[in-house]
Amino acid sequence: MYKVTINGLDVEVEQGATVFEAAEKAGIYIPTLCYHPDLPTFGGCRVCMVEADGKIVTACRAPVTDGMVVKTDTEEVRKVRLTNVELILASHHKDCQSCSRNNTCKLQEVSAFVGINQDRMRQIRRSVEPVKPDDSNPFFHRDFTRCILCGICIRTCQEINGVAAIDFAFRGFHTKVSVLGDKPLKDSQCESCGECLVRCPTGALYLAEPAVAEREVESVCTYCGVGCGIKLGVRGDRVIKVEGNRDNQVNRGDLCVKGRFGFGFINHPDRLTKPLIKKDGIFVKTSWDEALDFIVDKMSDIKARHGADSLGGISSARCTNEENYLFQKLFRAMGTNNVDHCARL
Amino acid sequence: MTNSIDDIADEAKAFFIIGSNTTETHPVIGYRIRRAIKNGTKLIVADPRRIKIAESADVFLQLKPGTNAALLQGMAKVILDEKLYNEVFIKNRTEGFEEYAKKIGAIDLNEMADITGVPAEKIAEAARIYAGSEPAAILYTMGITQHTSGTDNVLALAGLATLTGNLGKRGGGVNPLRGQNNVQGACDVGALPNVFPGYQPVSSPEANKKFSEAYGAEIPDQPGMPMTKMFKAALEGKIKGIYVMGENPVVSEPDICKIKDAMEKLELVIVQDLFFTETADYADVVLPAASFAEKDGTFVNTERRIQRGRKAINPPGEAKSDFKILSELGQKLGLKGFNFSSPAEALQEIGELNPKWKGVTYERLEEGGICWPCPEENHPGTPILYGEKFLTGSGKAQFKAVEYKPPAEVPDAEYPLILTTGRSLYHYHTGTMTRRSDGLSDLYDVEKALISLEDAKNLGLSENDRVILSSRRGEVEAEVKPVSDLKEGTVFMTFHFAETCANQLTNSELDPVANIPELKVCTVKMEKV
Repeated sequence: MYKVTINGLDVEVEQGATVFEAAEKAGIYIPTLCYHPDLPTFGGCRVCMVEADGKIVTACRAPVTDGMVVKTDTEEVRKVRLTNVELILASHHKDCQSCSRNNTCKLQEVSAFVGINQDRMRQIRRSVEPVKPDDSNPFFHRDFTRCILCGICIRTCQEINGVAAIDFAFRGFHTKVSVLGDKPLKDSQCESCGECLVRCPTGALYLAEPAVAEREVESVCTYCGVGCGIKLGVRGDRVIKVEGNRDNQVNRGDLCVKGRFGFGFINHPDRLTKPLIKKDGIFVKTSWDEALDFIVDKMSDIKARHGADSLGGISSARCTNEENYLFQKLFRAMGTNNVDHCARL
Repeated sequence: MTNSIDDIADEAKAFFIIGSNTTETHPVIGYRIRRAIKNGTKLIVADPRRIKIAESADVFLQLKPGTNAALLQGMAKVILDEKLYNEVFIKNRTEGFEEYAKKIGAIDLNEMADITGVPAEKIAEAARIYAGSEPAAILYTMGITQHTSGTDNVLALAGLATLTGNLGKRGGGVNPLRGQNNVQGACDVGALPNVFPGYQPVSSPEANKKFSEAYGAEIPDQPGMPMTKMFKAALEGKIKGIYVMGENPVVSEPDICKIKDAMEKLELVIVQDLFFTETADYADVVLPAASFAEKDGTFVNTERRIQRGRKAINPPGEAKSDFKILSELGQKLGLKGFNFSSPAEALQEIGELNPKWKGVTYERLEEGGICWPCPEENHPGTPILYGEKFLTGSGKAQFKAVEYKPPAEVPDAEYPLILTTGRSLYHYHTGTMTRRSDGLSDLYDVEKALISLEDAKNLGLSENDRVILSSRRGEVEAEVKPVSDLKEGTVFMTFHFAETCANQLTNSELDPVANIPELKVCTVKMEKV
């Protein structure tokens, strides 16, 4: 273990820890825009600058040394951080209220911490040309005027799901996050998992249909057999959003395109809302009583005439354990083992 | 899976992925595999298509569809010849090695190379990586099982894992990635014709007595019909009524024309679903069910982890959960034990009848999922199977050499191409849910039959040309897309789209043991429209 002193507080950390991690352990806030705990560090935003043993370093990249003395709030540190945030803000979209990340934006948080001067900002702001967002993907779009080039989306695509569909393109003021050949995202390798959207610190990546839930309910994804933990975001009687549950030990928050975005079927107008019964070749709406009585009569009649083995039950790998249990119980209690489900398909 | 996702993703030194398009069908496991590969884990991929994960492979074996057993026995041969097996494991935990070694030893590797279309040296390289990496995990899906030789294929995989001692330990195992959110659970709780909950055979006098008493019924001691045989029985008039809950067999079963004939012949068809599916067309009565977001219950994932699903909203209109519908119907039918107050009560009943689930309760599941077997309330669950003994009479793993058998259909002059089917990342099964989820259809809404560049050239086809694909059972019109991922003679389609229903073409021939249809191989011809 290494002993580090940060702003006069002593903290012990593992060998190989960064100054940022040491500060975190000591409960000291260091502003940062490009750091994400799931990802390797980048050191690109230069907002986490601190003074370590007299030198100005990026806290997220600098490894601690034993006995290191760190200062996070010297005049020089404050100045460097402020300048770096100002440079980012200079070409950033000005309207926060219309941004989906208003109030949850990392750039807002960091700006508030470093302290932005309105008059000075007015002088250094560039006039930002309106840039058409990349709205080719049906689930999430990219607003280039809110992008701070932190590279979190790029690292996510490389490190979390291994797709590597996006990277920095062009240079200087023209730098942007793009796909091979600067095509629309939809025409790239992107698998639309939305892991980048989840980690974007600003509103650069935003849901095509903004969705802030009233309440969240933990459940399990309904598609493949991986069994990812999800949080269903609900407004009124509608599921408006699905998020990965980071506390679930199966997926720890990761989701794929179907799990995150394939929930539209739940509140779809095609949903069946009443039992239907075929009368003279046409389906008509009926009551539950009539529908169930019809089934009871027919099943009992077939059983009486041809035996229970003339009935077959096809259960479902999409239903719960309890429902499958009841289904097989029903058929077995009627006297047949003709019960199966879609395990082979 | 014999193992858990965590232990194989974190601790395997090599993955052997065969017959699994992991990054599209199990994407989140795909992420874990890609991350592990970045950290140095080796990867062997065997598939008739150059699937995405093949790009990351150390060895990619592009075998001909339906030749898995030949490939796997070839690998076993190399492991034996080069003495790469785990002697200690074989001595302590297995039986039947001598006979297995004799049979496999007699195999000619070059013959396996001819059958599979994979060079012998590549088979050997794969064998060396698998056997030389300790531990190594096998991952497979329907590319292994949906064959008339499906059971043999799985036995051949088990043989490799047994030879190398990759069983009962972290990072190893034989791991079928289950395709549907609760296919594991549906099997576990007895929605199978031959076993009661917990895989207790219906033919076991003890189990039969237990369940007959519990259900207040005389349950036959002979296995019932698997789904794949029910439709044939319906055509023969042996099955008169079918109850279909949450399934769409008119699109998902092989040889659809026959399924439709069978559906028409039935006296009674009950369909219970979220939507008016293609199968509902054939129903006498259709019951509106609740989606997963509208009900409480538990699901079992691919690693046998029982997890809690929770109700977030009410079902639309008068729709009800399948649980409620079945409780009410059971009571109306006058059956015993259908008056449940909640799914939690049903889980308790399952635990009373299935010793492997005895320790699982809703209360415990609030703290997180539990991998069964979990025989007691304070048991932590069992993420890795066979740590101490196998489920055989002797408790030892039994070697079983299998022989390669060709698929039921092999290409001939009339049907010269092999069609193999699978899923896409953007859709799920028959698309009843995904095609109603905005966005997914924007990304993928038209089926394109994927064909090899060679076949495209030979047949004078280019992208978006329309073709008629026909097999001995039916025909489908679809657009084609020539791709470099396929070898000459192979066509790939998904089965998500009813309008270009690949299952019009597929073969319903079954594996004799598992009764699984040969969905992965059928022969077709292709003509330009």
